[in-house]
Amino acid sequence: MDKEKAITVKNLVKKFGNFIANDNLTFDVYKGEIFGFLGANGAGKTTTLKILCGLSKPTSGQINVAGFNVYTETNKIKNNIGYMSQKFSLYEDLTVYENIRFYGGIYGLKLKDIRKRADELIQKLGLTNVRNELLSSIPLGWKQKLAFSVAIFHHPKIVFLDEPTGGVDPVTRREFWDMIYDAASEGITIIVTTHYMDEAEYCNRVCIMVDGRIEAIDTPAQLIKTYNAANMNDVFIQLARKAKQQ
Amino acid sequence: MLPVIFVMPIIQLIILVNAATFEMKNIKLCIVDQDLSTYSRNLSSKFEGSPYFVIEKRTFSAKEAIKYIDRGVITAAIVIPKGFEKKIVRNEKNIKIQVLVDAINGTNAGVSQAYIVSILQDYNKQILSKLLPANSPGNGIETSRRFWYNPELNYKTFMVPGILVLLITIISFILSGMNIVREKEMGTIEQINVTPIKKYQFIAGKLIPFWIIGLFELAFGLTIGKLLFDIPLVGNLGLVFGFAAIYLIVLLALGLLVSTIVNTQQQAMFISFFFMVVFILMSGLFTGIENMPEWAQIADKVNPLAYFIEVMRMILLKGSGISDILYQLFAIIIFAVIMIWLAVWRYKKIS
Repeated sequence: MDKEKAITVKNLVKKFGNFIANDNLTFDVYKGEIFGFLGANGAGKTTTLKILCGLSKPTSGQINVAGFNVYTETNKIKNNIGYMSQKFSLYEDLTVYENIRFYGGIYGLKLKDIRKRADELIQKLGLTNVRNELLSSIPLGWKQKLAFSVAIFHHPKIVFLDEPTGGVDPVTRREFWDMIYDAASEGITIIVTTHYMDEAEYCNRVCIMVDGRIEAIDTPAQLIKTYNAANMNDVFIQLARKAKQQ
Repeated sequence: MLPVIFVMPIIQLIILVNAATFEMKNIKLCIVDQDLSTYSRNLSSKFEGSPYFVIEKRTFSAKEAIKYIDRGVITAAIVIPKGFEKKIVRNEKNIKIQVLVDAINGTNAGVSQAYIVSILQDYNKQILSKLLPANSPGNGIETSRRFWYNPELNYKTFMVPGILVLLITIISFILSGMNIVREKEMGTIEQINVTPIKKYQFIAGKLIPFWIIGLFELAFGLTIGKLLFDIPLVGNLGLVFGFAAIYLIVLLALGLLVSTIVNTQQQAMFISFFFMVVFILMSGLFTGIENMPEWAQIADKVNPLAYFIEVMRMILLKGSGISDILYQLFAIIIFAVIMIWLAVWRYKKIS
């Protein structure tokens, strides 16, 4: 493949005591791609994501994120990634604008730039009316969109989304995916974990994890073809059943 | 939250300073006057006239007085035996009066007994001067006392600086102790940990706001102390705040350290309480450190609270200068450096 790689992972293993959360994972993610991790709860998606973000140290394996080594260059990686976790994680006791300013500041953006871009962003998200409201007072769907925008506010090369649409209504989910596509079209690589199968079909490529291993990795269309399935849901059920039978 | 941070200490300061006192007033007394003479009545009227005593009961039987003590009705009883006046007039030696004191609370008993003895001595002198010719060798040496730094022996003057220290300590320690752990519970810490923020930046960001609140609190408390209790601010206030600034860093860093170690606010609360109780009870606020056993005095060398209370009393009441508190200053600076280092070191961005 001649496409530029955003992430390379070779033989990644992560153990918690005797429990193997990630069993010898090897995969690449290309630049500008929307790459989905699919799997049941406890399949090891979040663990993998945390290792790639530098929140957790791998037990072994060679891993490069945005061209930097996860063992030695974590801080360089952190400057080049954005992250949004399944647990909502902006500050509830700051206002919409204050959250943007705070994270912009942490990434070293100039206050003047932050102000300008924050205004644009707030307008784009339609949050002008609640600009100075505490985050705790706005609906979850708005918060999730804001959290995503904050995660890419400093123009990272890669953004990690850990089940970003959990608990969000279908309309907002659709809008959320529009935002993801916008970000991808700007060249940001997107890594997303989900257990919604319809969302899997929005991804360029998906990686299906079962019990800490990668069972399949391909484009959704190719997976459906390979497994002779009607949709991604069938593919997933086939793979998950196979794992249980073993 | 902010009003709570400021209102609570004021209320506590007012209540604690007035309540936590070793000064004894209204000691309940029973006079057992078995003599019923002019001299014995004179003596009992001396107790009546004293602001420290209230004559709660009168009886003729020492046994009954003891019963009152047993029931907790009175704290002390004074038994004036029959023949008291006769013996005085005949100029006999070894005239005896019995003093019975409830000693469940040893400190109180000691103080009550001392007050009683001082009244008896007074009375003694009176009798002597009446019976003996002037300039007789009987009243040779007269002692008079002068108490430095707190001439009226005002207990509040002594307590205000200490309680003030206590309040800013509790506020700053608990605020910081709860802080990082709260972010862990909310999940916001994870978002912070994926950013390139440096560990020392994070700790500094956590520490500075509480540090400012702590100093404000101190200024506020001192003002209240001056206005309500008229404590004599003899020394240099700049020195007080300088010391407090370093002291607060120690406490806040310790709180943040606790916060980085534990996983829930509940655990943080328990650990903070453990430290607080030990620090406070060993701080010399209520009981002098010099009266503690040697091992406790050695242990107190690492109690930042003990240093601060001592320094506050020295500067505010005695007017001590920087050269007088160099030892405490060095100690607290060393603590500050160690605690900050520990807090930064213990805060891990990787789980």
